Amino acid sequence: MNTTSPPASTVHADIAPWRPAFAFAFIALLLFGFAYSLVGTGIGRLLFPHEATGSLIEQDGVVVGSSLVAQPFADDRYFQPRPSAATYDAMAVAGSNQARTNLDLRARIEEARMQVAAREGVAIDAVPSDLVTQSGGGIDPHVSPEAARLQVARVARARGLAVEQVEGLVAAHTQPASFGVFGAPRVNVLELNLALDALPRAAGAH
Amino acid sequence: MTEAIVVLLLVIAAGWPLGHYLAAVMRGAPMHGDRVFGVIEKPVYRLLGVDPSEGMTWKAYAAAFLASNAILGVLAWVVFMTQAWLPLNPNGAPNMRWDLALHTAVSFLTNTNQQHYSGQAQLSHLAQMTGIVGLQVVTPMMGLALVVATLRGLFGGRTPPSASAQATVGDVDVGNYWADVVRPSVRVMLPLCLLWSVLLTWQGVPSTLDGGPVATPVDASAGMAAQKIPLGPVAPMVAAKQIGTNGGGWYGPNSAVPLENPTPLSNLLEMVAILLIPVAITFMVGAFTERRRFSALVFGTMLLMSLVSGSAAIWSEGHSATASDIAVMEGKETRFGAGSSALWAAVTTQTSNGSVNAMHDSLAPLTGLVTIANMLVNGIWGGIGCGLQQFIVYLLLGVFLAGLMTGRTPELFGRKIEAHEVKLLAVLVLLQPLVLLGFTAVTLAVPELTGNSNPGFHAISQVFYEFTSAFANNGSGFEGLGDATAWWNLSTTLLLVLGRYPALLIPLAIAASLARKRVTPEGIGTLQVETPTFALTLVAVIVILTLLQFMPILVLGPIADHLALSAP
Repeated sequence: MNTTSPPASTVHADIAPWRPAFAFAFIALLLFGFAYSLVGTGIGRLLFPHEATGSLIEQDGVVVGSSLVAQPFADDRYFQPRPSAATYDAMAVAGSNQARTNLDLRARIEEARMQVAAREGVAIDAVPSDLVTQSGGGIDPHVSPEAARLQVARVARARGLAVEQVEGLVAAHTQPASFGVFGAPRVNVLELNLALDALPRAAGAH
Repeated sequence: MTEAIVVLLLVIAAGWPLGHYLAAVMRGAPMHGDRVFGVIEKPVYRLLGVDPSEGMTWKAYAAAFLASNAILGVLAWVVFMTQAWLPLNPNGAPNMRWDLALHTAVSFLTNTNQQHYSGQAQLSHLAQMTGIVGLQVVTPMMGLALVVATLRGLFGGRTPPSASAQATVGDVDVGNYWADVVRPSVRVMLPLCLLWSVLLTWQGVPSTLDGGPVATPVDASAGMAAQKIPLGPVAPMVAAKQIGTNGGGWYGPNSAVPLENPTPLSNLLEMVAILLIPVAITFMVGAFTERRRFSALVFGTMLLMSLVSGSAAIWSEGHSATASDIAVMEGKETRFGAGSSALWAAVTTQTSNGSVNAMHDSLAPLTGLVTIANMLVNGIWGGIGCGLQQFIVYLLLGVFLAGLMTGRTPELFGRKIEAHEVKLLAVLVLLQPLVLLGFTAVTLAVPELTGNSNPGFHAISQVFYEFTSAFANNGSGFEGLGDATAWWNLSTTLLLVLGRYPALLIPLAIAASLARKRVTPEGIGTLQVETPTFALTLVAVIVILTLLQFMPILVLGPIADHLALSAP
C-alpha cells in the first residue's frame, strides 16, 4: 500500500473485511429480505384483500376453491379441466416434463384424445391440444374456448338444459386475450361450473 | 409477435430513464433523494462500520465481495437446514438435507436460482423471506457493483474523492464495494420490487402470511375431498425474482403456476421486469462513462442478438411445422398460449433470469436449442452486472482478434491489451467448454447419475441444459431431471461457483491492470470499436468462440431431437 497515505486508510484496504461482511449479511437477510417482504405483503394485503389471499371462492361460508387453482371434475354435469401432472394437488404442483419425442407422452395424449372424443361424441381430430395435455403447473384453471365449446352439448344434456343456454354461459365466461394482444383467450372452469350450479333448475331435469 | 414488440418498447421506454438514474446512483455524487434514502443508508453504513466514500483497490474490492458472499451463503445455508425449528412455518416444511440446502444457498447466492426443491412444500415462509428474498435483492446489486468497478478500471480508476483515499499509480481506486451494493439496493432494487409486488398482488399473486386454507372441491365424485391452497408472502418474492434477474419461483413450476403468474397482464409485467434492469444497464454505461457511443455499441449488439434469438424462439414454438403438433400445449398454460410462452423462454434465457412460464422440457426441440444458445452466450442483455461483464470479455476478445488481424497492438479506450490481460481472458474462454462438456460427459457416462425423465437425444439435452444453466447462473431447467440427488446438488454447486466468481472478478482484474497503463491518445490508426462494423465483428466472435465449440453436443441433443420429431 501507499506509504504516504495516513495509516487508517491503509489498514482499511488491507484487512479481511469480516466485520462489514457479517453486518451486511444480517442486513441483507433481515432488512432487504424480511422487512421488505413484510412491507410488500402488508401493502398488497391492504389494497387488494381478495387477490392477496388467494382469490378464494366461498359458498355458504365454505371455501370451495380458488379461481387460480384447477380442481378435478368427474360428473358429466360439469366442464372438465385440463389433465394435471400433479393430480390437482396444489402442494405438489408440477408439469410432466416430458419431451415431445417421449413415447410415453405420445401414448398418454393418444389415450386422452380417445377418451375425450368418446365422452363428447366428437371425432378425434376435433379435440384441441389443451384438453389432452398437462399444463406447466398442473393447476391451470382455464381451458381454451374451443375446449369449452366441445363440452357444451354433453353438459347441456346431463343437466337437461338447452344447448344455447350453456353456450351463452360459456361465452359469458370467455376472457379474450388481454387488450387483444397479450396471452390467449380462455375460460375459467371452476367459475363456469359454479355458474352452472347457480342456474335455476331447468324444468324437466331429474 | 405484437406482444414481443410491446414488451421491447416498454422496456426501452422505462430503461432509458432508469439507466440514467442508475448511472447517477453508481457515480455516488450528491443527488435527488439523498435525504430520503439516507435514512436507511446511514444506519446501514454505521452497522457495517465503513466509510462509503473511501476508495478500494481491486483486490480489496474483490475481498469484500468474496467475504460478504461467504457469510451470506453460510447464513442462508443454516436457515434452510434449520427452518423447521424456526418460526413462520405454517405449512410444516421440514429441514433441508445438507446437500440440497447447500445447493439452494449457493444457487441464490450466485444470482442463479436453480432449484432442486419445490418451495411451496419445502421452504418455510421465514426461509423464503430471509434466505431467498434477501439474496434475491442483494446478489444482482453485487453483480452491478462488480461491473461498475470494472468500468471505472477500464477508464483509469475513480478520481480520488479526498486526499486520505488517494492512491498511488500502483493502486487504482475502483470504488467502494459496500457503497456500490447498498446504494442501488436501497435506491433502485427495493423501490422497484415494492412497486412490482403491489402490481402483482393486484393481478392475483398472494400476499399474506397465512399458509392458505384447505378448500372443499365442488364435485365430490371426482375423488378429491380436500384441496390445500398454498399461500404466503408470494408477491414480494416474485417481484424480486423478476426485477433482479434471479428467477427462482415460490412454487416449484415457477411462473407457470397461476398463483405466481395469474393473468396475461401479470405475465407482461413479469416479462418487463425480467428485462428492465439488464436493458437499463446498457443505457447506464453511456451516462456513467460519458461515452454515448459505448452505450450504443452495447445496446445495439445486444439488441441484434436478442431480436434474432427471440424471433427464432417464437417462430419455432408458434409458427414452424411443429407448432401444429397436438402436444404443443404440453407444459404450457392456457392463459399464455404458445406465443407468450416462447417469448418468455427467449427472454428468461437472454437475461440469465431463469424463471419459466412453461416447462422447457416440453418445448419444441428447436426452442430448447435457442434457450441453450442464449445461456451459452450469456450476454444477450445477461444477468444484472454479469451480462455487461460478459460483454466486456467479448469486447476485449474482439479487440484482441481484430488487432491481430489488422496487425496492430490491440488496445481498448487507449490502453494496450497485452500478454497479462490475454492470459486472464484465456482462463475464462477455456473454463466454459472444459467445465460444461466435462461434467456432461461424466454424467452421461454413468447412467445411474443422470436421473432423466426422457429417453433418447432429449436426455442428452436435459443433462447439458442443467449444467449450462448452472454455469450461466441462469437457473431454468429441463426440469424432468431427477436432480435432487447428492451428485446433482454438489456438481451443480461447483458449476454455480465457477460460473459466477471468475466471470465477475477476472474482468475486474483485467480492468485494474489496464488502468495502470499509459493512455495513448486515439488517432487515425486506432481501431474504432464504437461502430456498427465492430459490433458485427463482435457478434461473429461470440458465435464462433462460444456457439461453434458446442456444435457437436447441440447436434447430438436438441437438433437430433428435432430431426427425430419431424422424421416421418
